[in-house]
Amino acid sequence: MSKKSALTSLLDPALIHEAISASFKKLAPDTQWKNPVMFVVYIGSILATLLFVQTLRGQGEGHAWFVGAIAVWLWFTVLFANFAEALAEGRSKAQAASLRSTKKNVMAKKLYHHQDRSKCLPTDSASLRKGDFILIEAGDIVPADGEVVEGVASVDESAITGESAPVIRESGGDFSAVTGGTRVLSDWIVVKVSVNPGEAFLDRMIAMVEGAKRQKTPNEIALSILLVALTIVFLVVTATLLPFSLFSATASGAGAPITVTTLIVLLVCLIPTTIGGLLSAIGVAGMSRMMQANVIATSGRAVEAAGDVDVLLLDKTGTITLGNRQASDFIPAPGIRQEQLADAAQLSSLADETPEGRSIVILAKETFGLRQSDFNAQQAVFVPFSAHTRMSGINYTDTFGVREIRKGAMDAIRKYVQEAGGYFPEAVEREVAEVARRGSTPLVVAEQSRVLGVIELKDIVKGGIKERFAELRQMGIKTIMITGDNPLTAAAIAAEAGVDDFLAEATPEAKLKLIRDHQTEGKLVAMTGDGTNDAPALAQADVAVAMNTGTQAAKEAGNMVDLDSNPTKLIEIVEIGKQMLMTRGSLTTFSISNDIAKYFAIIPAAFATTYPQLASLNVMHLNSPDSAILSAVIFNAIIIVFLIPLALKGITYKAQSAARLLRSNLLIYGLGGLIVPFIGIKAIDMLLGLLGLV
Amino acid sequence: MTTNAMWMLGLFLVSLLVLSWPLGQYMARVFQGERHFLTGAFQPVEKLIYRCCGIQSSDEMGWKQYALALLAFNLLGALFVYGLQRVQGMLPLNPQQMGAVAPDSAFNTAISFVTNTNWQGYSGESTMSYLTQMLALTVQNFLSAATGIAVVIALIRGFARHSLSTIGSFWVDMTRSTLYVLLPLSLVLAVVMVGQGTIQNFKPYQTVQTLDENTYQQAVTDKAGNPVKDAQGQPVMETVKTHEQTLAMGPVASQEAIKMIGTNGGGFFNANSAHPYENPTSLTNFLQMLAIFVIPAGLCFTFGAMVGDKRQGWAVLAAMTVIFVVMTCIVLVAEQHGNPALTLAGVDQHASTLQSGGNMEGKETRFGITASALFIAVTTSASCGAVNSMHDALTPLGGLVPTALMQMGEVVFGGVGSGLYGMLIFAILAVFIAGLMIGRTPEYLGKKIEIFEMKMTALTILVTPLLVLMGTSMAVMVMAGKTGIYNPGAHGFSEVLYAFTSAANNNGSAFAGLSTNTPFYNTMLGIAMWFGRFAMIVPILAIAGSLAAKKRLTANTGTMPTHGPLFVVLLIGTVLLVGALNYIPALALGPVAEHLQMQTVHP
Repeated sequence: MSKKSALTSLLDPALIHEAISASFKKLAPDTQWKNPVMFVVYIGSILATLLFVQTLRGQGEGHAWFVGAIAVWLWFTVLFANFAEALAEGRSKAQAASLRSTKKNVMAKKLYHHQDRSKCLPTDSASLRKGDFILIEAGDIVPADGEVVEGVASVDESAITGESAPVIRESGGDFSAVTGGTRVLSDWIVVKVSVNPGEAFLDRMIAMVEGAKRQKTPNEIALSILLVALTIVFLVVTATLLPFSLFSATASGAGAPITVTTLIVLLVCLIPTTIGGLLSAIGVAGMSRMMQANVIATSGRAVEAAGDVDVLLLDKTGTITLGNRQASDFIPAPGIRQEQLADAAQLSSLADETPEGRSIVILAKETFGLRQSDFNAQQAVFVPFSAHTRMSGINYTDTFGVREIRKGAMDAIRKYVQEAGGYFPEAVEREVAEVARRGSTPLVVAEQSRVLGVIELKDIVKGGIKERFAELRQMGIKTIMITGDNPLTAAAIAAEAGVDDFLAEATPEAKLKLIRDHQTEGKLVAMTGDGTNDAPALAQADVAVAMNTGTQAAKEAGNMVDLDSNPTKLIEIVEIGKQMLMTRGSLTTFSISNDIAKYFAIIPAAFATTYPQLASLNVMHLNSPDSAILSAVIFNAIIIVFLIPLALKGITYKAQSAARLLRSNLLIYGLGGLIVPFIGIKAIDMLLGLLGLV
Repeated sequence: MTTNAMWMLGLFLVSLLVLSWPLGQYMARVFQGERHFLTGAFQPVEKLIYRCCGIQSSDEMGWKQYALALLAFNLLGALFVYGLQRVQGMLPLNPQQMGAVAPDSAFNTAISFVTNTNWQGYSGESTMSYLTQMLALTVQNFLSAATGIAVVIALIRGFARHSLSTIGSFWVDMTRSTLYVLLPLSLVLAVVMVGQGTIQNFKPYQTVQTLDENTYQQAVTDKAGNPVKDAQGQPVMETVKTHEQTLAMGPVASQEAIKMIGTNGGGFFNANSAHPYENPTSLTNFLQMLAIFVIPAGLCFTFGAMVGDKRQGWAVLAAMTVIFVVMTCIVLVAEQHGNPALTLAGVDQHASTLQSGGNMEGKETRFGITASALFIAVTTSASCGAVNSMHDALTPLGGLVPTALMQMGEVVFGGVGSGLYGMLIFAILAVFIAGLMIGRTPEYLGKKIEIFEMKMTALTILVTPLLVLMGTSMAVMVMAGKTGIYNPGAHGFSEVLYAFTSAANNNGSAFAGLSTNTPFYNTMLGIAMWFGRFAMIVPILAIAGSLAAKKRLTANTGTMPTHGPLFVVLLIGTVLLVGALNYIPALALGPVAEHLQMQTVHP
């Protein structure tokens, strides 16, 4: 499901072959009926075919070959539209098939009692029910979605995510969800099944992708209404043209009235067949593009809403900043050399395996060339971080005797120093405040009663994120950073990352309130989340993307799941949503603009015998009335084929203001829609002339 | 185009702006219930009206209630106008002893005046008593105009409000638009017109001696005033020679003012604004044109003021003005250019100090080509339908312009209220298509355009083409329709097309050359007028209701701007593509074919 394979699949001969046969199968009236615009073309094709049969009997209007050619091209118009839809569906089905291959029926070890792992009943995974307890051991495939209730195991989730590194799944906390189809690599877990067969995450994904359950999105319905209205209007326009033409022929005493064949052609050319034929393909392709981005949407509505998002809530950690803070500076206390502080800091962190601890060691090494090998103290005892003391450090003995070095938050160190009979210098206190103001985390280092200085731990803002936020701002999307940090720290990071606003010291309630507040203003809010405590906010947000690594609760609450668990994905999702709407709008504009040229081709031809003067409207200088009408209908059919790649790939979206976007799309699809058919119809007419067909 | 024409057009647009800007601001105050300079004088009257009618002015209505009140009010109005015409012979203020109007004609006229169309199958001076003219027709001139204003104000409220279930009170909107807007403006205009020579009296018709003997043909009428017809259904004519001329009298000025200000257009006399008693001087002609446009243009500013963004009003007005100016120039050029067939016959059609040149057929010499052509564009841009020249006598292209202006849906200025609400529907449509193009659910003025709005918009864009095209095709198919057509070929077709276009779009001007005071046309056109008006209004009120209930979003860079030149172009494009595209085949068989035939005349 990588992007590369998706692109090549567009030209995959197997897919095309399948789509061609599907486009014939779709000719069944009950399938055609679902698309009102194309249904009109379908009826027109049947009528034209009947007229052709009539001409063969020598009773009809016009030459048999002409009516026959019209009928053939009308059928092509229907088939081309079917083909577009079939191709889009074919690609989705291919994606679904690859998903389904991961979904195998396996034997599950169902436990009689969840606390007793010794007795289990081998059960087919398809018959597992919600609430069942199962044991999964190393090498087993997870038979169903569920929640780990006991044990810890490393799980290979590459079947779903494509990410080969195994992940840890354990009971309790945010890493307790397992997905059916993944494989346990080591250890064992007891899992409580959370879904009934057929409702599993994978099943929902497949149903969505296959389009079987694809429901029209609100904008798609609104657009369909407009297209149907235009179709009805043009139906009346062409139907009334027959009496008009009869009257005109009688009144002017010249020529024959317009033929029914010409009326059918005029109708088919005027109604918005281009967009009508491609509309459902655009929708299917939109879902499919989400799949390519490794995002599973559980409703098409959510995909469309993504394009409308006004506010993005982003977690600071992991999205805006790298997950870990890094030491960036040593600020010594008065009377202490910086090197002395660095040395003490490094010593205290040697056994500290947290990323922060490692970064202190590295910084000391890089700035002062201090190496672990320099440390050859005796009887070193490492003091790990404890929730009680909220400090970590080291005790050791050297030539000066027993030494104790501690690092920790300011208030913890202050207590430690005062207990040892020392005092906490005011200068250090100021430094601590200064570091916090910069958005960094201060750690104070002390040796018994003496404060040595402050280590500055900095949040590292991800590279390129500021530019992404600037783009979002241009798109009119407001970004809000969510963080548990205090307001001072949050403000500094927000400024550095370039987000528009932040929510500091965020609690689940505060998040929920923030979303509701924006929604009351009529704004659409998108957010990502993974933890159980994100679930209420996810449920409230309009576009809620749950991380695949997240808890089952989070996934249930969201309306999309990001298989890559990449919080920045939200931005991509917004773009895909926008792209889908843009493609529809642009093709509608193109379709309606095309009518002008078609009028110029058909009107002079249709009334050539009644009012020969109308020939001066034949600005394209088409060969003959027959050629003009045929060219128009051929153009109308093949433009659908030409636009299939655009419909499936979507219109390129560039982050820019609405005004600029509108201007460029109006120029391309509005003005282009006016001009292209003039060129196209003329070219087809010349070709027909060259081939001697008219 | 002559220099005179350019100056005239420029002066007209500048005067319009100067008048409509303050009027627009004033109307915004009136409809938002704020204090204004007429509050002191008229508010007691307003309160008295509410007390008499038992109206609680603070009671607001949902859209369904609003629509129901509107329909009931207008239905009663139609019944009253119909009834009064049928019994006018028994009522006072009838010096010419006019009898009851024929049922089909009375039906047509009743609907015509209630729908603000003012299509006239009858001729005023030989059909209507003074009482009917005043109590039925003039009153409806006020009420139909007020109805249009009420609907657009309700729609504007839909945009301006948020999270509310009501769109205002129909009774209050009707009272305020009549009392504070239409009455004062009409009063001022009527007084000026009287000063210029428009008559205002209850005298019987005057007979005067003419210098020359007059010979003319006249239709024989029966006692009821209806034409007597021969076996073929043609009116029986008699030749009359006389030294006498009858001058019709009546309370003209009071009806004339609201005829223009309310974009009604139904003349007191058959000749409408070409009649010297209705439109005596060049100045009154200019004022009449301004009067037609002043409220439609002013409402654009009201719109901007009420939605809290003046630029929105300017954008809509700009789109209207661009279409208007282009279309006016086409009539001006086509009429000034004249007919090549006449040039071939040796007629000099060039403008000079001695003559206006061009096509003077059907035009008043006191107005000439420029003032007539401008009047034509004004009266058909707005759904007024008053005429100061005969549209049937226009060159084919000159005749195409009024037809096309009406076919756009009467949204280029349009009728009072109806022009703006029609244009706002096109704006919704433009925003819907373009909004998708920028990748968002479309929104206009912070309101999302969703399924319900599109359903209603779809209804409104369906109604008029259906009425016009089906009506026209019916008329050219059945005998009753075809017998009314006097002119052969493409021109005859244009006449029928024009009649249905005018009726369904509530314009009311006639191309003439078509005998429409027949049961067939009276009924068909009556139906077209009724549905052309109310089948539009109901969905528009539904949109107003739905919009009012929505939240209003604040604009940001991701919102499509609806005030710049780009939006103006987009709006014009939508009006042309969605509004006018449907009529191209019909126009090709009418005016376009006729024009091309005229161009290919060879010696």
